[in-house]
Amino acid sequence: MKKIEAIIKPFKLDEVKKALNDLNIEGMTVSEVKGFGRQKGHTEFYRGAEYSVDFLPKIKIEIVTTDSMAAKVVEAIVTGARNGKIGDGKIFVVPVEEAVRIRTGETGEEAL
Amino acid sequence: MFRKAVALTLFLILTPLAAYAETAPVKIDTGDTAWVLISTAFVLLMTAPGLALFYGGMVRKKNVLSTIMQSFVILCIVSIQWVLWGYSVAFSPDAFGGLFGGLGWAGLNLVGTDPNPDYAATIPHQAFMIFQMMFAVITPALITGAFAERMKFSAFLVFTILWTTIVYDPVAHWVWGTGGWLRELGALDFAGGTVVHISSGASALAAVLVLGRRKGYMTEIMAPHNLPMTVMGAGLLWFGWFGFNAGSSLGANGLAASAFVATNTAAAAAALSWMFVEWAHRGKPTILGLASGAVAGLVAITPAAGFVSVVPSIVLGLAAGIICYLAVSFLKPLFRYDDSLDAFGIHGVGGMWGALATGLFASAAVNSGGADGLLHGNAALLGKQLIAVAASATYSFVLTFIILKALDAVMGVRVNVEEEVEGLDLSQHSESGYTA
Repeated sequence: MKKIEAIIKPFKLDEVKKALNDLNIEGMTVSEVKGFGRQKGHTEFYRGAEYSVDFLPKIKIEIVTTDSMAAKVVEAIVTGARNGKIGDGKIFVVPVEEAVRIRTGETGEEAL
Repeated sequence: MFRKAVALTLFLILTPLAAYAETAPVKIDTGDTAWVLISTAFVLLMTAPGLALFYGGMVRKKNVLSTIMQSFVILCIVSIQWVLWGYSVAFSPDAFGGLFGGLGWAGLNLVGTDPNPDYAATIPHQAFMIFQMMFAVITPALITGAFAERMKFSAFLVFTILWTTIVYDPVAHWVWGTGGWLRELGALDFAGGTVVHISSGASALAAVLVLGRRKGYMTEIMAPHNLPMTVMGAGLLWFGWFGFNAGSSLGANGLAASAFVATNTAAAAAALSWMFVEWAHRGKPTILGLASGAVAGLVAITPAAGFVSVVPSIVLGLAAGIICYLAVSFLKPLFRYDDSLDAFGIHGVGGMWGALATGLFASAAVNSGGADGLLHGNAALLGKQLIAVAASATYSFVLTFIILKALDAVMGVRVNVEEEVEGLDLSQHSESGYTA
């Protein structure tokens, strides 16, 4: 099993979700997060006072899937989230040791 | 039978005489009275919720309630102070060299429903008194923008009572009271540019010097936490200002209409000029700029509203937006003082510009009770306005500085660092504005 963690631009979430639906991915966790990469932040002005805002709003998507599906999921996220501009985000794939479905007690890929 | 007839006859003869004797010297105009009472309610709306929301939206989330509460509690404190002794110090017959009134009207003694022709001949004296009360209320509330997010609530309450009594009441007496020295001099202040805005603005500057900068000023982000709230407040201020300025004609008449028009025009012009100058300078037009400009225009037109015609009010407003923008974006960073919500930058600077502009643009053709300004050939008025500005600003600055220094020695005026970081809502009031 693999966990795919993707940090994307908030306005790209719908397109990513659609691409994942087309793969029949049955679940995901989405959080509103803040951070920055090479894009850095932006500047805001209030009555002449200048504030540089370093942390930008981003969306983090977490999906746990089977080893065989992982590459396709990554590809779907890339397709949905790519804008071709700096700040599009990053994807991390990490191995997952175990999964448990709380309701039934199923474990491993059965629980996904 | 005969006795009854005589009694009836006497009654019929004497009743009208008695009624006549009661009403003859007293001609209350119902329209004037209605307008002044409504205007009073308008001006109350400027403080709470107008100013409370305007300031409340500009502070950080953790200080929203304490900021709103300062305006609200000032409304309550000054309402009591004013009827007990404030009105008497400001408006009762001069007690000492044109500087302040006596205590003859304390507790509203001799202030009844009959008009006082020295101030307003056609409305009940109490209507004039309560209209003036709302000016005394909003003035210290304006100062709270300067020391926002760091003043101790207990010290703030004591400061409010002392400041209103020692600074506001005398300055109001100088300008508006019978025998007040600036009134005798012939300086013009239609609705409180000197009394309200210069006094609060100069005091705001003194307050930030005594209290010092907020922790994290110029290093941490202190952006407004809720600009929609601020804009709502600005709209309510604009609305209430019609009572403030047009109400200051003290009658439902042509002067009220002309002050109303000048007020609206100057506010619009200043809002636009702030927006455009900020756009040119920073690259983006902002709603905070538009709202701040409107308030700057309202401040600046206040002393002039009843003395200028409409074209000068546009010029006055356009300049107000630009001057106040420059004050908050260059003057403040240059001297590194932390006037948190720009009470000095907008009320002090805008008020001084308005008072001087009155000396430029005033026209006796608009208001025969006024005078001609420099542009109508009377340079003397500008000199008088300059004296009024210098005197009221200096007095307010020095006295506020002394009051706060004394209070700091006695009880401390600033919260400690831990309380400041936690936020005043929790540290001073054990409440939070947003619990969800």
